[in-house]
Amino acid sequence: MTLSLVGLSHHVAPVELRERVTLDAARSAELAHELGEAVCLSTCNRTELYLADDGDDRAVSALEELAGESLDGVLYRLHDDAAALHLFRVAAGLDSLVPGEGEILGQVRGAYESVTPGPVLDHVFRQALAVGKRVRTETAIGESPASVSSAAAALAAQVFGKLAGRNVLLVGAGRIGELAASSLAARGARIAFVANRTPETARELAQRFGATALSLEEIGDRLGEVDVVVTSTSAPEAVLRVEDVPAKRRNPLFFIDIAVPRDVDPQIAKLGGCFLYDIDDLEAVVAETLSGRRAEAEKAEQLVAEETERYRSWRASLDVVPAIASLRARAEEIRTAELAKVRVSDDEQRRTLESVTAQILNKLLHLPTVRMKEAAVSADGALYADAVKHLFGLDDE
Amino acid sequence: MVEALFWPAFLGYGEAAVAYTSMRTTRAATWGVRVGWLAQTALLVAQALRADGFPWWSWAGSLNLFVWLVVGAYLIWGCKPRYRLLGLAVMPLAAALFGVARLGGGTHAGAHDGYGTFFLVLHVGFVLAAFAGFTLAAALAGVYLWQERRLKRRAADILRLRLPPLTSLERLIQRTIVVSLPLLTLGLVAGLVRLRHDHRSLDALEAITFVTWFVYGGFLALRPGGRRGAYLALGGFALVIVARLVLSAGHFS
Repeated sequence: MTLSLVGLSHHVAPVELRERVTLDAARSAELAHELGEAVCLSTCNRTELYLADDGDDRAVSALEELAGESLDGVLYRLHDDAAALHLFRVAAGLDSLVPGEGEILGQVRGAYESVTPGPVLDHVFRQALAVGKRVRTETAIGESPASVSSAAAALAAQVFGKLAGRNVLLVGAGRIGELAASSLAARGARIAFVANRTPETARELAQRFGATALSLEEIGDRLGEVDVVVTSTSAPEAVLRVEDVPAKRRNPLFFIDIAVPRDVDPQIAKLGGCFLYDIDDLEAVVAETLSGRRAEAEKAEQLVAEETERYRSWRASLDVVPAIASLRARAEEIRTAELAKVRVSDDEQRRTLESVTAQILNKLLHLPTVRMKEAAVSADGALYADAVKHLFGLDDE
Repeated sequence: MVEALFWPAFLGYGEAAVAYTSMRTTRAATWGVRVGWLAQTALLVAQALRADGFPWWSWAGSLNLFVWLVVGAYLIWGCKPRYRLLGLAVMPLAAALFGVARLGGGTHAGAHDGYGTFFLVLHVGFVLAAFAGFTLAAALAGVYLWQERRLKRRAADILRLRLPPLTSLERLIQRTIVVSLPLLTLGLVAGLVRLRHDHRSLDALEAITFVTWFVYGGFLALRPGGRRGAYLALGGFALVIVARLVLSAGHFS
């Protein structure tokens, strides 16, 4: 039984093509079922079909049908170890647009759990999930944020630790500002106030976050009640000045200024307990963390290579397992048949006889079993399995 | 034979002090701390078994015990990856002080003291435990100031080399002092009782220890947050250093 992979990803296919072959979870499971023993992994960056046989052509046809055109030159086809290596890299986030992104592991799990795979696919997907987890625990590849909005939230966490219970003031309705607020909310912060020049926009956004809407003139009065301020207005001049910051504060105040021109007076950064990051600072942090991710990716590649080697050993052991099982069954059959010929009336003696013959059998077969498993790992497994079958007449059964 | 236990402890601490300088060897550093601390624990147990009375009554012996308390307190949470820099501050100091304790004869077995064991356990034990706590608070304060500086300067690598959050550090500094100050109070009370019994007046070390008590007492009364709190914790630690390294020889003679 072989492992095959047919697919396309962001590396080779443009988004116009990818979106035509992208499937939701239900449709992915359905397609996998149609293809026999298969798993369909479909995300915005890839659609891949993993099969436990050589049914590449059926998979290619299915994808071409979805795309509505020939996919020559775009599809990749991989087999056995190469297919496993690819899956492990995908699960580890090493094949992602942003190295180490964490979402893909959940998507691999979803694809695996949506079908009932046979032994090969079951093994390779379970191992892939373990690889993904191992890479994320043993390297720091997934620790650093990969976008300005998530970097903003991670920086706030550097000041406050857990953000649960921290209040956020969102000033302006810029897209990145909203994303930053969402990242902060995802870490437990409460979007307490939303301020905007247009009251309707402020109300609409405030409603979405369950916050209180403010006008820009009111934000100075509310600074004492918040821990994090995110600004992203299109105002031509600063909307927050030094004099707006309360002189007596117990807690630090963290400003994330994503606007250009800047919304927060840079002098605020000089106040005690105030921290200010503008868009350039955030982009520098993201660039630095991405380079860190790349360094960690090298470590992750080593782990993936180790796991691929383990997969190869397991896969190779499959070649000899049937031969070992047949050999042991045959030996047991002979032992039982020979014992039946012996007439022993004493139960004690019969038990001793059975125990001794079983021990002899185990001792005799132990070394050949070990050697066959070793041979399987070094690629001679099939040869050994054939030899054993021939020598012991196992083919005749 | 007992003295031989000094070396694995010293090597463990020394290895940790060096290994903490690199991100890649943090795990080795943590093991160095653990192995060193266990070896030092064995050394202290052996000293206690062989001693006639309290074995760490001399300045060097008390330094030995002090190092053990500092490293033990550090081990409570200091081995977490984010507190790596704390190890970088604590372990070289621990290794150096442990070496000094050895040179002063504080790691030898079979010491004899002229005081009652109970008094020494109370006085020396509590004061040293408090000083160990203050040492840790100072190391935390150092990490706080460094982290705050990086955030202020908007260091691009701030998420690559991650330190504990500022508020966590602030909370830990306060908690460490909250635990340590009552210990110092108990140790000082025991010392004062002894002082009255012996009809002696305060020596320089005792005086500076009282000043230290007031500094940390002020810290707890005012609970200064942020940078001011960190500076105050470091100021208090400067007094601890003076007490432990400059004035202790006279006090123990």
